[in-house]
Amino acid sequence: MTDAAPAFERAPDLPPPASTVGVVGWMRQNLFSTWYNTALTVLALWLIWEAVPPVVAWAFVDADWTGSTRDACAREGACWVFIKEWFGQFVYGRYPIDERWRVNLGAAILVVCAATLFFPRFPWKAWVSVFLLFGYPVVAFFLFSGDVMGLIWVETPLWGGLFLTLVLAIVGCVFALPIGIVLALGRRSRMPGVRAVCVAFIELWRGVPLITVLFMASVMFPLFVPEGLTFDKLLRALIGIMLFQAAYLAEVIRGGLQAIPRGQYEGAQALGLNYWKAMVLVILPQALKLVIPGIVNSFIALLKDTTLVLIIGLLDFLGMIQAAGTNPDWLGFAVEGYVFAGFVFWVLCFGISRYSLHLERKLHTGH
Amino acid sequence: MHYKTVFAAAALAVGLALPASSGTMDDVKAKGHVQCGVSQGLPGFSNPDQSGNWTGIDVDVCRAVAAAVFGDANMVKYTPLSAKERFTALQSGEIDMLSRNTTWTLVRDTALGLDFAGVNFYDGQGFMVRKDKGVKSASELDGASVCVNIGTTTELNMADFFRANGMKYEPVVFEKSDEVVAAYDAGRCDVYTTDRSGLAAQRVKLKDPGAHMVLPETISKEPLGPVVRHGDNQWGDIVRWSLIAMIEAEEMGVTSGNVDDMRKMATNPATKRLLGMEGDMGKNLGLSTDWSYNIIKQVGNYGEVYERHVGPDTPIGLARGPNALWTNGGLMYPMPVR
Repeated sequence: MTDAAPAFERAPDLPPPASTVGVVGWMRQNLFSTWYNTALTVLALWLIWEAVPPVVAWAFVDADWTGSTRDACAREGACWVFIKEWFGQFVYGRYPIDERWRVNLGAAILVVCAATLFFPRFPWKAWVSVFLLFGYPVVAFFLFSGDVMGLIWVETPLWGGLFLTLVLAIVGCVFALPIGIVLALGRRSRMPGVRAVCVAFIELWRGVPLITVLFMASVMFPLFVPEGLTFDKLLRALIGIMLFQAAYLAEVIRGGLQAIPRGQYEGAQALGLNYWKAMVLVILPQALKLVIPGIVNSFIALLKDTTLVLIIGLLDFLGMIQAAGTNPDWLGFAVEGYVFAGFVFWVLCFGISRYSLHLERKLHTGH
Repeated sequence: MHYKTVFAAAALAVGLALPASSGTMDDVKAKGHVQCGVSQGLPGFSNPDQSGNWTGIDVDVCRAVAAAVFGDANMVKYTPLSAKERFTALQSGEIDMLSRNTTWTLVRDTALGLDFAGVNFYDGQGFMVRKDKGVKSASELDGASVCVNIGTTTELNMADFFRANGMKYEPVVFEKSDEVVAAYDAGRCDVYTTDRSGLAAQRVKLKDPGAHMVLPETISKEPLGPVVRHGDNQWGDIVRWSLIAMIEAEEMGVTSGNVDDMRKMATNPATKRLLGMEGDMGKNLGLSTDWSYNIIKQVGNYGEVYERHVGPDTPIGLARGPNALWTNGGLMYPMPVR
């Protein structure tokens, strides 16, 4: 047989499949999968190359870190000496230097009390919470402003810096929450009068920008009260911020109330609970848990919005940084100041948002 | 501007609704301090220092008033005010006097219910350009792009100036001074315009301050001075004469350093009157006889105050110019203390 049956031959090997593991594989799959992804990757790399080295050089490599006067900042990069030298003012504003311990003490009490709430096994949680909500504001007020128990009086125009920013944000939020809850319940009330008042309040305050509220509180309000009768400017701003924030929180909380199934309301009624008991024991714990992201969102927004008090002459954190930049010996460091302000605000807001995630996980009981 | 009308109406309403309050002088004495409205930070005029105090030539007017009233220049409390709320703060009695680089204009002096007590700094709008542009005069700025703060009288003055001279220009506007300076420094415009004191202060922020020059023209009048409420003449007099005493002291050659010697040895009757050794100047103002001595001793004469905060040896480095004494060709002309 000349025409022998062809011997079995292996087909040529197929090329190996593209690697999908390892760095090369990951890059091929995610960065260079198509021509436009490749183009985007190259563009992004170019942007990073253009942006990052100069920023790093400015902020770290060429920056001045040591010294105590403007003359120490002879190099090309950032002058962190400015931040270092004015740090006390940025934190406390014009609060008298010898009295700064009062701010520190107030902050320490707040942190310690708040910290105990983190420990699941801490026994007197309820008492600490009650103290934080009702006792602490009074203690803090007298501690910060003084004029009692031998503490010298530190009037509010001297309050400033990060201290003032936190006072505005914390007071604004903590006092706004109960008002917001009441407003949210009122808006869902079956009593037409209550409902109308709450709707009107919420829509009025939500309808104007915060800057207008502050401006009214600071500029217009004093014109409508008798001459000589002046309210503390900080107090006016605080009340404005509080009412403004309450209107926003009311809508956030109303969202939570609406998410609670009707059966919960009926169940509470069937147990013989009256309106307030049903709300406090059954509805609100569930509703508030649902809207934690919304409440935290409002709080973060408020924390950043407090910088608007600059326009009414309160020297908050950002205001103090700007004012420091007008000292003739320290002209020309605005960029450093703003970068520092941005960094601090980011740290604060990021911290709050992580805490809210923790809270959500802890309280998650499944619905 | 529109809000001024609102202010005026509101101020009028308040004024009609209320009887005149007792004098500011009595209030100030009862409180034990002068509540003084200052800026939120304007280099050399009123700005915070590192120990939390306010300094500047506007601040020193407040200190002079406190020295005159209490014999202690430190009995002042400061209220930082934004430009928008400054007049309300004064009208509502939140502050006793306003010393916040405020331009004396007819509308403010009348319709707003305020009184200007004098001028502690003659400012005016100027132009800054790069030296290498070769421009020597503002009349050569035809077609230039100009960096300016938005919504200020600066912007309006500039528009008037270019239109009056039949020149074209291209405004490059920003909200904040820092932005304006940064844009000018980056070469986004040929010219930077603001008040001359501002130009001097902002110049320090430029990368190479020596490469820029201020053109000789001043295109607006900005007489800045302390302000009090209209109708409280005793208090207005005290503020006015506290300022005049500082200028008069400079003219007489009395400084914080030599005031004690002058008090013992002065022979010039005008100096003797100023220092309270002759005449009843203090009594006429309702103050003690050493009111002006306290001002000069604790705050200094006008020249000292100027040199300390904005003069050539400070970072701002402003020559006296129109703020020199009238005897030196400036505009500072103290009314006779007699």
